[in-house]
Amino acid sequence: MNFSEVFKQTNQLCRVSPDGKYLATCVQYRLVIRDVNTLQILQLYTCLDQVVQMEWSSDSLFILCAMYKRGLVQVWSLEQPDWHCKIDEGSIGLLCSRWSPDGRHILNTTEFNLRVTVWSLCNKSVSYIKYPKACQKGMDFSTDGRYMALAERRDCKDYISVFVCDDWHLLRHFETETQDLAGVEWSPNGCVLAVWDACLEYKMLLYSLDGRLLSTYSAYEWSLGIKAIAWSPSSQFLAMGSYDEKVRILNHITWKKIVEFEHPATINNTKAVVYREVEKRPVVPSDDLSLQQLSISSTAFNAQSKYEICQLPVQVPSVKPDPDRANPKVGISSLAFSADNRYLATKNDNMPNCVWVWDMQRVGLQAVLEQASAVRCFLWDPRRPRLALCTGNNKLYLWSPAGCVSVRVPVEGCFQVLSLLWHCSGDSLILIGKDQLCLCYMETEQQP
Amino acid sequence: MPESTQEFPDIPNDSYRNKGTPLVHYTQSTNFYSPISDFCTEDNIPECILYLNQEAASLGFPAVQPDPDGGDGGLDMDVVSLLNSMYALLERHHRVLRALDQLETERLRSISDMQRQQLNQGRLKDQLELTKRENARLQERERQLQLNIKSLKKCLKNERDEVQKLQNIRTSSSMQYNHDMKRKEREYYKLKEHLNQLLIDKKDNKQAIEVLNCVGRPDGRRGQWKTRRTEARHEEEMYQTLLNDFDNRQRELMLENVELRKVLQQIKNEMIGILSPKKSNWREARQEHGGNQDLGSDEEVVCNAGRDGLEQSCEQAREELTNSIRQQWRKLKHHVENLDSQASLVQPRDSEVMAKEAHDREMEQLRQEIQQCKDFIHTQQQLLQQLSSPCDEETASLLKDCYMLEEKERLKEEWNAFDEQRKNFTSERKNFTEAAIRLGREKKLFEDDRATWLKHQFLNLSFADHVNPPLSKSPGVLSEYVEASAAPSSLSDVISQMVFSPPDGSSVRPSSSAEYQQSLLPQSRF
Repeated sequence: MNFSEVFKQTNQLCRVSPDGKYLATCVQYRLVIRDVNTLQILQLYTCLDQVVQMEWSSDSLFILCAMYKRGLVQVWSLEQPDWHCKIDEGSIGLLCSRWSPDGRHILNTTEFNLRVTVWSLCNKSVSYIKYPKACQKGMDFSTDGRYMALAERRDCKDYISVFVCDDWHLLRHFETETQDLAGVEWSPNGCVLAVWDACLEYKMLLYSLDGRLLSTYSAYEWSLGIKAIAWSPSSQFLAMGSYDEKVRILNHITWKKIVEFEHPATINNTKAVVYREVEKRPVVPSDDLSLQQLSISSTAFNAQSKYEICQLPVQVPSVKPDPDRANPKVGISSLAFSADNRYLATKNDNMPNCVWVWDMQRVGLQAVLEQASAVRCFLWDPRRPRLALCTGNNKLYLWSPAGCVSVRVPVEGCFQVLSLLWHCSGDSLILIGKDQLCLCYMETEQQP
Repeated sequence: MPESTQEFPDIPNDSYRNKGTPLVHYTQSTNFYSPISDFCTEDNIPECILYLNQEAASLGFPAVQPDPDGGDGGLDMDVVSLLNSMYALLERHHRVLRALDQLETERLRSISDMQRQQLNQGRLKDQLELTKRENARLQERERQLQLNIKSLKKCLKNERDEVQKLQNIRTSSSMQYNHDMKRKEREYYKLKEHLNQLLIDKKDNKQAIEVLNCVGRPDGRRGQWKTRRTEARHEEEMYQTLLNDFDNRQRELMLENVELRKVLQQIKNEMIGILSPKKSNWREARQEHGGNQDLGSDEEVVCNAGRDGLEQSCEQAREELTNSIRQQWRKLKHHVENLDSQASLVQPRDSEVMAKEAHDREMEQLRQEIQQCKDFIHTQQQLLQQLSSPCDEETASLLKDCYMLEEKERLKEEWNAFDEQRKNFTSERKNFTEAAIRLGREKKLFEDDRATWLKHQFLNLSFADHVNPPLSKSPGVLSEYVEASAAPSSLSDVISQMVFSPPDGSSVRPSSSAEYQQSLLPQSRF
């Protein structure tokens, strides 16, 4: 594993282009484009204000930089550095800005979710979409980029509009049977739309592309419901994480629950491997015989850590959430399937130090990674079954079915990894700190 | 002897129902005057009188006839005493009767008492029985009521828990609602503010876009107008996508279905194969289950399957297949269960235990091996660390050839030994050479000496020849030698030729040479 040197960034804005060649970062009000392999600066653009949101277009030719406070969006071209484009929302304000899948339209959500303005870069035209809903995930594009699903609310009822992204033609508009729609998500094959209700009611609705209701699923009543969902890459499974600390998996043929994964506080009676991160403080003399420890100089921040395998039964440290607050820190808040459909990684909010990895083939628990501090971010490699996670210290943790490793980022000074980003080829990782970033190049397979 | 005494029959205690009571018997026996003519006749009067006297005496009455020998022929009796005796007897008789009467009444009384007691006892026993039963019943009822109480308590607890849970849910829901409400209210206020701001602000910032130049579409084509045709096309595309997806899915499911059907068929065939050899043993079992036609039907279905192959899509065939498989499976399971029970009877779980023990032993072994390997690795690591760790100079220099030290020492010792030996050898060689030199020198001396001696001898001999007659041998020898040799040029030659002359008779010898010889000899023996 090779680590690059650190570069500056602000707001954790760091994106790799979809074709994998460029890395864009924002430093204050400047946009810096680098080559991913050499990390040389290729282009430098200056925006009018501090950039809050930055996104590549799907063909990697344009980048949009949004400045919400000023209601401005600036678009830059990679091929022609002189080309510029500025969209000013005026007094109506700007809440969120994103590209359309074809890379030629920009969708701005105005303040108070009054409307969505669709700006075209091809012909400077404008379209408006009224009454978008302000919710967890109100807008989603299908994977092939042909359709967009938008959640709307009028007259205290929830609707979904399906648009054709080609010309923003409204294909379907139907009411949903939800109390308070919280999100929409297309399945990866683009034929099924998953719609779920807000956490006050557990309800998952599945609509087909043409607006027919395929199925409804509700696990229980009255308690807080769905917190997060994830489709498997093959569209075979839909995983729903809820506030009762369980993940339920639906299958795409019958839309019935096939399995329920629990996250108990005491793990026993499984074939899973429990890895616990053990930190070794350098002050205390230890009789650990690893060569690594003897050679690397130690400072207060650089505590050595390694994984050790725990014998079952294992007690998972859990935190009791405050009952007097809304949106309690309990339940499965993040789920992710690996790219080969085989593994599902979940995180339970009241066990914030652990990441649970489930094997979908065996339909059981594969591994539990218990870290020394709360896990901040975990992401699967886009190509292989390899999971990278970080906990806000100076280490990077990797899990694969072969085992688990913790790597210290060899950067001088204090670099805390707050979030991660995989390169689309899975060969490198971008580690994002508070106002720095660092690239980590993975070992490639042996050259012939 | 009295013949008419009547015995009273033996009356059992509780035979109060018996007709005969002692009193009755007694009265019966005594109330009827039976002539006691048998006792006294005219012939045996004196005997009778004697007997009566005796009896009276024994009972304490005055004698019937005080003077048996006097009087006239024994008829002379004391009438007064006789009458008195009789009266006393009668009185006694009356007394006895009265006593008997009393006894009788007492007996009856006691009998009735006993009867009463027995009745009482029976009654009390029944009562006890009843109360015991009642007690048991009440206890049973109490136990059931206790159980009831327990279950009710449990229900109550469950209900309480449920209520608590619902309350928690309610509070969290209301918390969530309140939070959302507040959020919405805040947003509402912000909106109102913004509206106010907009109304106040005179200038109206319009939305605008500034682009340097328009960008082409990603696919390079020109944009199209939105017409009904395009809309229709979009619809069509959408349906196409859906249909494609359905097609794909159906294809996959069909393939899976075919696979599964094949597997089922295989399983069924195999099961039939396994079960059919046991046909004869299974007659009864099958008859029990009433599945006589099963095997027959199985074979039928097998034939059917063989004929239809993959085209068993009709409901009936499918059901048949699954039903037959279920039946076969049930049979197989039954069979296996039987085998299991038989095995367990024959072998009381020994094999299992054995397997388990073997398993445990193996596990132990493996654990030990792992421990050994771990230790080994540990030591290896330690050694590796020692090797790789940087030591300071002194220790380094000290430890430079640490591993060869022993060998070096040994080598040194060997060298020393070798040196010593070499020294010894050289000294010895020196001695030898010295000795050899000395020997050579001495030899030379000896030769010289001998030469001189021989010369002397020869001279003496030649002198003696002149004096004495010619000698026997020695001159002959001499002459031989002289003749043999060529003309000797020097005296030494002559002497050397004369060396081999045997010293015969020639007693004249230089004493010095003899001494020398003698002194030489022990040396030469060296």
